[in-house]
Amino acid sequence: MPAISWSTDVATATRGKWLVGGPPLAYLIVFFAVPCLLMLVASVRAPGEFGGLAPLASDSGELNLTLGSYGRFFASPIYLQLFAKSLWYALLTTALCLAIAYPLSMLIAASNRKYRDLLLLLVILPFWSNFLIRVYAWMIIFGPDWALAKAVNGALGLFAIEPVTLMFSPFAVIVVLVYVHLPFMVLPLYANLEKHDPALLDAAQDLGARPWQRFWHVTWPLSLPGVFAGAALVFIPAFGIFAVPDLVGGTDGIMIGNVVKQQFLETRDWPFGSVLSIVLTVAALGITALAALAARPRRRTA
Amino acid sequence: MALLDILNVTRRFGSMTAVDGVSLSIEAGEFFTLLGPSGCGKTTLLRMIAGFDAPDGGRIVLEGKDLTGVAPEQRNVRTVFQSYALFPHMTVAANVAFALKMAKTPAAALAAKVDEALRDVQLDALAARFPHELSGGQKQRVAIARALVTHPALMLLDEPLAALDAKLREQMQLELINLQKEVGITFVYVTHDQSEALALSHRIAVMNKGRIEQLDQPSKIYSFPKNRFVADFIGQCNILEAQVKQRDGDVVELDLPGIGPARALLDAAPPSGARGALALRPEKVAINPSGYAKTDGDNHLSGTVTDFLYLGDVTIYRVALASGRQIQAMRANSASGRARFFEVGDAVDVAWQVDAGHFLVD
Repeated sequence: MPAISWSTDVATATRGKWLVGGPPLAYLIVFFAVPCLLMLVASVRAPGEFGGLAPLASDSGELNLTLGSYGRFFASPIYLQLFAKSLWYALLTTALCLAIAYPLSMLIAASNRKYRDLLLLLVILPFWSNFLIRVYAWMIIFGPDWALAKAVNGALGLFAIEPVTLMFSPFAVIVVLVYVHLPFMVLPLYANLEKHDPALLDAAQDLGARPWQRFWHVTWPLSLPGVFAGAALVFIPAFGIFAVPDLVGGTDGIMIGNVVKQQFLETRDWPFGSVLSIVLTVAALGITALAALAARPRRRTA
Repeated sequence: MALLDILNVTRRFGSMTAVDGVSLSIEAGEFFTLLGPSGCGKTTLLRMIAGFDAPDGGRIVLEGKDLTGVAPEQRNVRTVFQSYALFPHMTVAANVAFALKMAKTPAAALAAKVDEALRDVQLDALAARFPHELSGGQKQRVAIARALVTHPALMLLDEPLAALDAKLREQMQLELINLQKEVGITFVYVTHDQSEALALSHRIAVMNKGRIEQLDQPSKIYSFPKNRFVADFIGQCNILEAQVKQRDGDVVELDLPGIGPARALLDAAPPSGARGALALRPEKVAINPSGYAKTDGDNHLSGTVTDFLYLGDVTIYRVALASGRQIQAMRANSASGRARFFEVGDAVDVAWQVDAGHFLVD
C-alpha cells in the first residue's frame, strides 16, 4: 500500500489556501475594514474645537459619544436632496454608459478576431493619459470661446433662444462622468458578449425569431451578468465622485462627494463627514444589492 | 410532387466547391439521411435547406415554394443542432415554448402544445429544469421537442447523436425511429456514421466531395454499392482490383491481379477486358483451416492469418495470400469453449460464393 496520509494532504491544502488568500485578505482588512470601522467610530464622536475630532473620553473618564451628527443629517433636507441628486446623476451616467457601451461591445465581440484586441485597446487608450488632463481637455471643449459652445449657441440663436453655458453645468458633469466611466462598462460587457455561443442565435432564428426578438430573448438576458458587473463598476464610483463636479460642475453641478470632501478639508467637521460617507456607502451597497436581487435568474415554466 | 426538391444546387467557398450540382427529392414522411465523411458537403447542404447559407446556383423548393431569399425564421423548417444549442437561461419548458412564443401562440394553446411535445420525448417530468441540470441524452430530447413543437414540414438533424456514448446512441436511434413514425414529420438527418444511417433511414444519399455518389434504400446501398467509394465507406469491404476476362451467361470470369482468377455474378454486361474492382464484404468470405473440403463453384484461395480484430461477437481476420495481397474475412465467435478460431500465423483457406462479390466497373 502506498502511504497516503490524508491529514497531511488536508493540512497542506489548508496552508495553501491561506498562502494564496491571506495577503489579499490582510490588505482588505488593513485598508478597507479598519478604515470603515474608524469612520464608523468617528461618526459618533464629537467634532473637535479646531476641527478634527474631540478627545474620545473626557478628563473624568466619561466617553464622549453622540449621535448628533446623524441627527443633523436627517434634520436638514439639503443633504437628502443632494443625495437624491447624486443618485440621479449616477443612475443617468450608468444608463448612458450602458446605452453607448452595449452596441460598442457587441460590435467589438462580433468583429474579426484579429481586430478585437486593437479595438479594445482603442477603448482603453485615453486612460493612459492622466485623469486631470482628460477632464481639463473637456473644460476646454466646453469653454465658451470654443467651437462646441459657439455651434450650440449659434443653433439656439436661430430659434431665438437665449445662449447657454456648457461649462460649469450639470450637463458638463454628466458628459464627463460618462466619458470617464465608459471603459468600465465596455470591458465587462465585452467579456460577457464575446463568450456567447453563436449557435444560440442560429437556433433562435431557426425557431422563428426575427432580429429584434433574437436580441431581446437571447442576447440581452444572457448578457445581464455583464450588464450588472459594468453597472456596478460605473454606478458606485460615479455616486460618490467629487473631482468631476468640482472641476466642471460649478455650483449647480455639485454632488454629495463634494460635500464629503468639504466636511473633511474645509469645514473640518470630521464626524459629519463620516456620517455622509457612511450613508453614501450604505446607499451604494443597498442599491447594488437590490439590483443583484432583481437580476437573479428565476424559474419560469413558459 | 415531393415535399422537398433540391434542384442542381451548388455552393462554392473560394476555390473549393462544397456542394456540386446536387439534385434530390424528399417525400413527405420520409426519414432521409445525408451520409458522408467530414467535408463532403452534407452539413453545407443542410444549412442551405435551413436557410443559414444560400446556394450559388440551383434552387431549393419546399412544399412547392421556392425558398430562394426566404430567411430561416420564415421557413417551415426546424433544425436540431449538433451542440443542441439549448437556451441556457430558459427552463426546458421555455426552451420548447420558444418557437410558439415567437409565433405569438395564445398562452393556453401554448401550454398544451409544450406538454404534448415534452410527452413525445418523455421529458414531461423535467419541464422546470434548466439545461445545465440535464444529462446529454435529456438535452438531446429537449432539442428535438423544441424543433417538433410547431409541427414543421421538415426537421433537419445535424449529427444529433454524435455527442452521446454508444449505448445511449443505440437507444436514441430506436426512439428516433419511433418518434418520427409517431409525429409523421419528415426528417433530413446528417451523419458520418454509416451504421447509424443504415439503422435509421428510409433512404440514404451517400455524399463525397460535394456530389451524391449513390441514393437508395439502406439495404441496396449496403448490398449493391455503385462504386468504390460507396463500397468502401459503407461497412467493411475488400476491394480487389479486377479485370473482366470473359462472360459466361450471367457469370463473369475475372482476373484479380496478384490473386488469380475469380468469378462473380453480373446483371449488366461489361465488355471483355473492362477494368474495375471486386467488392467483397468480409462476412461473405468464409475462413476455414487449411485443407478444408472445397465446395464446387466457389472461389477458393489459401493464405496465412497476419492479424485480426476481435470484436466480441465476431472476429475480422486479415489473411495474407501467397501473392502477398491481403483479404479480410469475418467469422462469428460462436463455437462453445473457444474465444476465437484462428491465431496469427495459422494457415487458412478463404472462400466465397460466386454471387457474394459485386463487380464495380470503373
